[in-house]
Amino acid sequence: MIRIKCPFCGIRDHSEFSYGGDATVEYPPLDASTEAWNEAVYQRANPRGPHREYWHHLNGCRSWLIVERDTLTHEVGTVEFAHPGLSEALK
Amino acid sequence: MSHYSVWSVLREGLRGQTGWERAWRDPEPKPEYDVVIIGGGGHGLATAYYLAKNHGITNVAVVEKGWLGGGNTGRNTTIVRSNYSQPSSTQFYEHSLKLWENLSHDLNYNVMFSQRGQLGLFHNPAGRDAAAKRANTMMACGIEASLLSRDEVMNMVPHLDYSENARFPILGAMLQKRAGTARHDAVAWGFARGADNYGVDILQQTEVTGILREGGMVTGVETTKGTIRAKKVGVAVAGSTGHVMRMAGIDRLPIESHKLQAFVSEPLKPLLDCVIGYGAPGAHFYISQSDKGGMVFGGDLDFYNSYAQRGNLPIVQDVAECAMAILPCLGRVKLLRHWAGIMDMSMDGTHIMTKTPVDKLYLNAGWCYGGFKATPASGWHFADLIANDRPDNLTAAFSLDRFERGLTIDEKGMGPTPKLH
Ligand SMILES: Cc1cc2nc3c(=O)[nH]c(=O)nc-3n(C[C@H](O)[C@H](O)[C@H](O)COP(=O)(O)OP(=O)(O)OC[C@H]3O[C@@H](n4cnc5c(N)ncnc54)[C@H](O)[C@@H]3O)c2cc1C
Ligand SMILES: [Zn+2]
Repeated sequence: MIRIKCPFCGIRDHSEFSYGGDATVEYPPLDASTEAWNEAVYQRANPRGPHREYWHHLNGCRSWLIVERDTLTHEVGTVEFAHPGLSEALK
Repeated sequence: MSHYSVWSVLREGLRGQTGWERAWRDPEPKPEYDVVIIGGGGHGLATAYYLAKNHGITNVAVVEKGWLGGGNTGRNTTIVRSNYSQPSSTQFYEHSLKLWENLSHDLNYNVMFSQRGQLGLFHNPAGRDAAAKRANTMMACGIEASLLSRDEVMNMVPHLDYSENARFPILGAMLQKRAGTARHDAVAWGFARGADNYGVDILQQTEVTGILREGGMVTGVETTKGTIRAKKVGVAVAGSTGHVMRMAGIDRLPIESHKLQAFVSEPLKPLLDCVIGYGAPGAHFYISQSDKGGMVFGGDLDFYNSYAQRGNLPIVQDVAECAMAILPCLGRVKLLRHWAGIMDMSMDGTHIMTKTPVDKLYLNAGWCYGGFKATPASGWHFADLIANDRPDNLTAAFSLDRFERGLTIDEKGMGPTPKLH
């Protein structure tokens, strides 16, 4: 079991979370070129090693998190709220 | 290479099994080949075999970092079928099934292909509609399929859960009679022996660590056994696709690596003589019985990007629940082993077989849950692509640029979320 330290709920089993994929993807403006949209929607770096990714604490506090996790060892690094203002607001 | 036959079995029986030769050589790498294939799974080995057999290209090496079939080929649940609903996939997999039907003879190697039939169960009217649509697509492509009623399924497999308490009652099933299973290792070994017989060098314990290029064209590979130059390079490394393509400067692809587990129980007396897919809403489960008697089954991915060939516990529970939901008689059976393979999950759930931005570098990847059944056709068409430097009619649809051009082949209509295909 991977264990993720949710900044709100503490350490929880990953089965409480839902995986949301690569968190480095940035969506372009709506009128951007097909190429830019192709990049964002379909192309992934898919690294073997450190990966920044979204996890949704679905069966917990329901916040979206950005987790740094190694895709080879599954070691979890930093975990932060995906919403940039949330950490501040909760202080 | 000595020919295997009933006579060779008898002869060796009489002389105490002392005369068998090794099935393929263990050569040192040559400095240069016409074609280097990276990855000694079923797809890489089949590609080498058909390069030699169909195109007369025999100065070929297959470079494998571990042992043959140690990747997904030797880790999968071996279901072979051609019941797809997108016409390009249907035709591709049907070609594969036809090759399977004669594969043991063609290779002179028993791949134990057993056409025991596959039942895709449905549990509600929407499931029945989907099964009917799929069966119709298959029949429109000339592939036999039938819809069975609940009674007919009961007749065929009497020990599924048909009780009042079943969480999802079985309403019927789609049957593809020509579907079945094969012995995974034998597929890798048979293609290896066949390719070696044409003069292909199979280099095990040789990892590719770099892909050499000059002026936008591939010129060879760097390996743990030194530099090997090549006029053309084909990549068939399944879950390692992202890692290996990065060596050629291709940093982003419409593929994510995920892991899928498989499970086998202790051996039982004959219990199940067909393959069963369980498609209740929210469930994903498939089961068959191996020739040794073990119940072989699997379910969903672990659902997060991973290059680790080991599975996680929540899926063990999910799969056990599914097993109990349709075959409660398995409740006291012990699980013998479970393991995981790294899956090349593509953005639309369909494979990619294509030229790449690097000249003379070809990519075969994105097989998701279903690449074992594709093995012969994958080798056949990838060899054709490499030999002729252009995709054939069946392969053209599986290009890398289909995403950008809006021509995705999304079997399940899931959209660009690899883990859901
Ligand atoms: C648990 C599980 C169940 C499955 N069930 C089914 C099923 O029932 N039916 C079905 O049709 N499909 C199934 N599949 C999918 C199927 O197994 C694969 O799609 C198929 O076997 C892939 O074959 P391949 O030759 O492309 O890859 P692999 O067999 O994985 O071969 C790739 C090879 O490349 C090698 N390699 C990687 N990097 C390098 C490098 N740098 N240098 C040299 N070599 C390298 C690896 O060691 C590996 O041997 C399943 C997969 C899994 C994991
Ligand atoms: Zn939480």
